[in-house]
Formats: sequence, C-alpha cells, structure tokens
Amino acid sequence: MNYIWYFLIVISVVFGAINGTLSEVVNAILSGTQLAVKIILTLLGIMTFWLGIMKIAEKSGIVEFLSKILRPAAKLIFPEIPADSKIIGDVAMNFSANALGLANAATPIGIKAISGMQELNKDKESASDSMCTLLAMNTAGFQLIPATVIAILAANGCENPTEIIVPTFIVTLTAFIGAILTAKIFKHIFPPQIIREEKDA
Amino acid sequence: MLRTVIDLISLWALPSIILIILTVALIRKVAVYESFIEGAKDGVKVTVNIIPYLVAIIVAVSMLRASGVIESVSVMFSGILAKIHMPAEILPLAFVRSLSGSAALGVFSDIISNNDVNSYTSKLAAIMMGSSETTFYVLTVYFGAVGIKKYRYALLTGIIADLIGIVMAVIVARFFFL
Repeated sequence: MNYIWYFLIVISVVFGAINGTLSEVVNAILSGTQLAVKIILTLLGIMTFWLGIMKIAEKSGIVEFLSKILRPAAKLIFPEIPADSKIIGDVAMNFSANALGLANAATPIGIKAISGMQELNKDKESASDSMCTLLAMNTAGFQLIPATVIAILAANGCENPTEIIVPTFIVTLTAFIGAILTAKIFKHIFPPQIIREEKDA
Repeated sequence: MLRTVIDLISLWALPSIILIILTVALIRKVAVYESFIEGAKDGVKVTVNIIPYLVAIIVAVSMLRASGVIESVSVMFSGILAKIHMPAEILPLAFVRSLSGSAALGVFSDIISNNDVNSYTSKLAAIMMGSSETTFYVLTVYFGAVGIKKYRYALLTGIIADLIGIVMAVIVARFFFL
C-alpha cells in the first residue's frame, strides 16, 4: 500500500505536468478532501443505523442461526474461523446484502464481520487470511440483479435493459469465484509476517 | 414483466430484511429499541476510524483523475483494444471502476449518451458497470474500520478479481451482443 499510494500521487503530478493539468491536480487535493468528508458523513449515518439493526439481529439469534446452517460452507472458505463463531452469520448477511444490491447495508454488516475477525487476528496491524477472503468476496461485486444499471439504461431509452442481467450475472459470478480462489492461492504465497519471523528464528 | 419483478425486488429487499429482523426479535422478546441504541453507538467510533484512510485514498484518486492520465493511457492502448472488440472508450471505465464509484457512474453515463443505448458498446459498458465494485474504496473502508495498515495480498486479489471481471465482460458481451 505504501508504494501504491506513492505511485498514485507521483503519476498524478508527472502526468499533470505533461498534460498541462497541474493546476487541476493541485485543486483536486482540496476537492478530494471535501469529497472524503461528504462520503464520511453519509457513511456515519448508514453505519450507525445498520450497526444498530445488526445488534438486534445478533440478540434475536438470527446471526447465530445463519452461522449454524452455513457452517459446512464456511469451513471451506474460512478455515481459520472457529466453528462456533457468530462471524460466519455476519459474513452471510454481508453476502446476502451484496447479492440483493443493498450496498448501503452490506458495508456496515461487512465491517461487523471484519471486526469479529480482528478479535481473532494475532497481528492487529496486518490483515488476516479470513479478512483477505472477506474482502475478495466484497471487491468482486457479486450481485443477482444490477438494478441501478438497468434503471440508467431504461432512463436513456434502452429497448430491453433487462437483457444485461444474465451476462452480468455470469461475469460477476466468475469474478467472485475467481477472487476467492485467488485469495486461497495467495494465502500460501504471502504468509503473515509473524509466521515468517518464526520460521526465520 | 421481468422489469416489474425486478422493480418489486429492488423496492422490497430492504424493508423486508428490516421487518424480518425486528419481528423475530420481538417474538424472541429482545428489547429492540435498546439493542438498536447499543449497537448504533459503535457507528460513530467506526466511522471516525475510517477518516484518515479514506482521505488518503480519495485525495490520491482525485489527483489521478484530474491529471488526465487515465485518458492518456486509454489512447495508448486503443490499437490493441480494437482487435479484441473492446471499444477504446470502454477503457477509462475499466480503470476507473476500481478506483471511484461516482467517477465510474459518470464515465458510464457519458458512454451511453455518446453511443446508441442499444449498441454493443453500451451493453458492454453496462455489464462492466453492473459487475464492478470499487475495490480501493472497499479495502479502505473495511481495513480503516479495524485499523489494519498492512493489506498483505488483499489489494492484489481485488485487482485480479477486477481483471477477471473486465476480461469476462468482453467475452460475455461479444457472445451475447455481437
């Protein structure tokens, strides 16, 4: 992340100079911070609301129930999480919210799942394998119906906007499965630093 | 017909989930209001944790977009793209969809207003848009919330998933719409 962040900024300045857009790049620093604040404010409300709802789901046993029925699948995808943990229920709800296209609900629920994983994590500053897998599931953008895109197509006079559903589903499912498999492979290529140090010693 | 069903699902998904959770909770005699407040208190803390991470990434991405580098790179690649039936104007969308959701939406709107909305290009753009998630944003928010600074292979995995999505979108769009 150190290099990526550095390169994003260096490339911006270099290309800003080449393209003659340096003043726009400089202005983007301020507009970027403003955009970040806008996103944070939206996030604050959504996060507060959904963490509240999720507490109710947890206390009513819904999260635990989901954890129980999904245990066999969860063992395959998240071998590091203990079988009796409620985290799997959070992951399941995060996945369902994504699948239904409810991004606003999916993020806070996913945060609840990753917080649970952080409690099990040995190195608090470094991502655990479960976290990387959870994020692989989330960055792949799996959803059943791309409702927003269909709405935009329809608003622009598309004759048959729903014909993108099947192709989109195929793409998003492939990316989703590909992401989880990639995470499984990388797990062995990039072991956590603590384990690496133990091996060295 | 299908449109009506989709509209209904989109409309009802959220209220049904909330209703189910609240109803089950009431049957199980959970104090719903008090539990809500208890859980909601964490929202402020979590969001505040995310601020530094989000400012870092959003500023960098804003600078990148302002520099025009995405357009420059797209022009460089346009020759190769034509061979695989990937219109050059799709490339900015392919780049930007991993970096910024609002920017991707803007590029997508440009593509469908500059092209026939029923064309192959618009359909490909729609598939790409519908199957994307803003990888950088997701990583920033999730890891920011719990204070993870070393992402290990999470970013690389996200980028590979995005690449799979782009390649698959072209293959599938060619199969269905060309």
